[in-house]
Amino acid sequence: MSITVRPHVVRGGEMSYEIPHLRALEAEAIHVIREVAAELERGVVLFSGGKDSAVVLHLARKAFWPAALPFPVMHVDTGHNFPEVIAYRDRMVAEIGARLIVASVQESIDNGRVVEDGGPRSSRNRLQSVTLLDAIEKHGFKAAFGGARRDEERARAKERILSFRDDFGQWDPKRQRPELWNIYNGFIKPGEHVRVFPLSNWTELDVWQYVREEGIELPSIYFAHRREVFQRDGMLYATSEFVELLDGEEPFEESVRFRTVGDMSCTGAIRSTAATLEDVVAEIAATRITERGETRADDRISEAAMEDRKKEGYF
Amino acid sequence: MATTGAATNGRPSVGRAAELVRFATAGSVDDGKSTLIGRLLYDTKSIFEDQLEHVARTSLQRGDGYVNLALLTDGLRAEREQGITIDVAYRYFQTPRRKFIIADTPGHPQYTRNMVTGASTADLALILIDARNGVVEQSRRHAFIASLLRIPHLVVCVNKMDLVAFDQEAFERICSHFSGWAAKLEVTDVTFIPISALHGDNVVERSARMPWYEGSSLLYHLEHVHVASDRNLVDARFPVQWVVRPMSDEYHDYRGYAGQVASGVFRVGDEVVVLPSGIETRIAGIDTYDGPLEEAFPPLSVSLRLDDDLDVSRGDMIARPQNRPIEARDVDAMVCWMSERPLQPRGRYRVKHTTRTVLAKADELRYRIDVNTLHRHEDADGLSLNEIGRLRLRLSSPLFVDEYRRNRTTGSFILIDESTNDTVGAGMVL
Repeated sequence: MSITVRPHVVRGGEMSYEIPHLRALEAEAIHVIREVAAELERGVVLFSGGKDSAVVLHLARKAFWPAALPFPVMHVDTGHNFPEVIAYRDRMVAEIGARLIVASVQESIDNGRVVEDGGPRSSRNRLQSVTLLDAIEKHGFKAAFGGARRDEERARAKERILSFRDDFGQWDPKRQRPELWNIYNGFIKPGEHVRVFPLSNWTELDVWQYVREEGIELPSIYFAHRREVFQRDGMLYATSEFVELLDGEEPFEESVRFRTVGDMSCTGAIRSTAATLEDVVAEIAATRITERGETRADDRISEAAMEDRKKEGYF
Repeated sequence: MATTGAATNGRPSVGRAAELVRFATAGSVDDGKSTLIGRLLYDTKSIFEDQLEHVARTSLQRGDGYVNLALLTDGLRAEREQGITIDVAYRYFQTPRRKFIIADTPGHPQYTRNMVTGASTADLALILIDARNGVVEQSRRHAFIASLLRIPHLVVCVNKMDLVAFDQEAFERICSHFSGWAAKLEVTDVTFIPISALHGDNVVERSARMPWYEGSSLLYHLEHVHVASDRNLVDARFPVQWVVRPMSDEYHDYRGYAGQVASGVFRVGDEVVVLPSGIETRIAGIDTYDGPLEEAFPPLSVSLRLDDDLDVSRGDMIARPQNRPIEARDVDAMVCWMSERPLQPRGRYRVKHTTRTVLAKADELRYRIDVNTLHRHEDADGLSLNEIGRLRLRLSSPLFVDEYRRNRTTGSFILIDESTNDTVGAGMVL
């Protein structure tokens, strides 16, 4: 990848230095990652295998290059993953040489930390918060990097780049620290931690354009493939051992891809023939529906579904 | 869902490099700010169908009687319940030329801190004036904050022109009032645009209903205002963030100083000085993951390698020997107070400036400034939430600063409460 930054001469022989917006966003994200690494000692990159976390991991590598990543990578594993994503996760971690921590929701269930709802519509999405908070406490992490973006959801539009969590992992939207200029306040008390969102100012399209420019590898389910799916509440879901079909739900084969990566039980597919990065970027540039609105059942629960989950310690 | 072809919706064409521009808006419920933002987002195809449907449904439930675009930005439950914007909301839209980040902030005096926050990174401030009411206290306050935070470009949208029959005189009267006020401030570039956010006049397209107006539409202006030259490319400043030491076989003796260029241009071979040690050396290389660079400039994040093996650590500042920042043990600054716990005279705070954090004592409050009248209250004995004043700080060890007017990065700092860890103040070096 060649850097696309180039100075050029403008009027009067004065130099002007313009950079494309993706380079400005990249520089901001790297600045954030380095600040947090310097001020909060024990960090971890939350890695779901989704495109946003793949970009965060890529930026973290850039931030410390040629040194190795100064923190481990953690996957909160619901046990209901797409197998392609797990294979991708293991491949990426091996390639980078990072240490992988798997925080298992199944273990939280087995230990009685959480209780699964059960039933055909159950999802482990919400249970992840407990597993995540337990893992953060167990490993003593002070900073957890995530790929959340402000354009994803209205509650997130109000969240800081450094988002503070109290001893209970809770987000308090009314007590957020102001963030001015590029100065971040990383002081916390024992028991507290910070969620860090270096992609706060990126849009879905920015992420895809960046993935294309940088040649970042993604799980295959982001690209069009034929798969057995069924329709529920106007969305297409992959058939899997984790989802029970309701009466009248008939599986059929379709050319689909996924716009987000979450649990098999709550992540919808879209009909698509976009099989390459070029096709996907073109598709995203032309879409008229948000990724969460189109593909995430977990955000459809209520008006403030995301805000409520975040207050409980969600990503 | 469309599966082939490039963007057809007025959204960016694929692959084209766009420039990043940040702008701040401030306003209250009635001045049409949300309508204007909604209009910009809608007309640039940045609002998605499901978002619009959601807003329409919620508007109906609330009995608003119209599609209330403010609901797009009011993201928190409390905001929707109370019908007010509490916090800074960030919105994004893109045109083929530029990507815009809007910091959308509430306009009431009790939200001055949110305005200051949104303004701190803005290239441009958008101020709305209701054509029927003219320049009011709130417009003056917004202009003052924009000038205090040194936002280089000001755009004054005289809104609701439809309600004054698109009258040229009404528009010009407001322009001249505002200019009179702006003359007291240090504002360099002001542009006035008569608009109707509700009907779209002069927002994206030039309006046929105001033929007397010869300027460009708001969106055209936002797309073309020259922002690249606003950065300080003269004073080379590089705050060291992190020392890169791989200690691997391949990079055994590698030592890079990672950071984001604050200002100026650094080139390989340049003579530099490391502060506070004062040791002079040269730049041996400028490294990035993507390969070496010949030069680095703001806002790039890079790593500098130096010719000599020096003891350089986080918080140090790399500059040019002939052009150094001020080594300050005392700092005079305009400070906006951001906490419910007022500024304590003689109080002790942490100061975070670039990558360096020191302790400070609030030595002397020279005056508090009335953000509505600019009157200086020299008898002030403290600063409460949202108040702004001129403060002298004594520092436990020196900071390497520039005047904020010259350098928004090395001229700014935050104050942190030692007991709560909250960010309680925003400072601009005088």
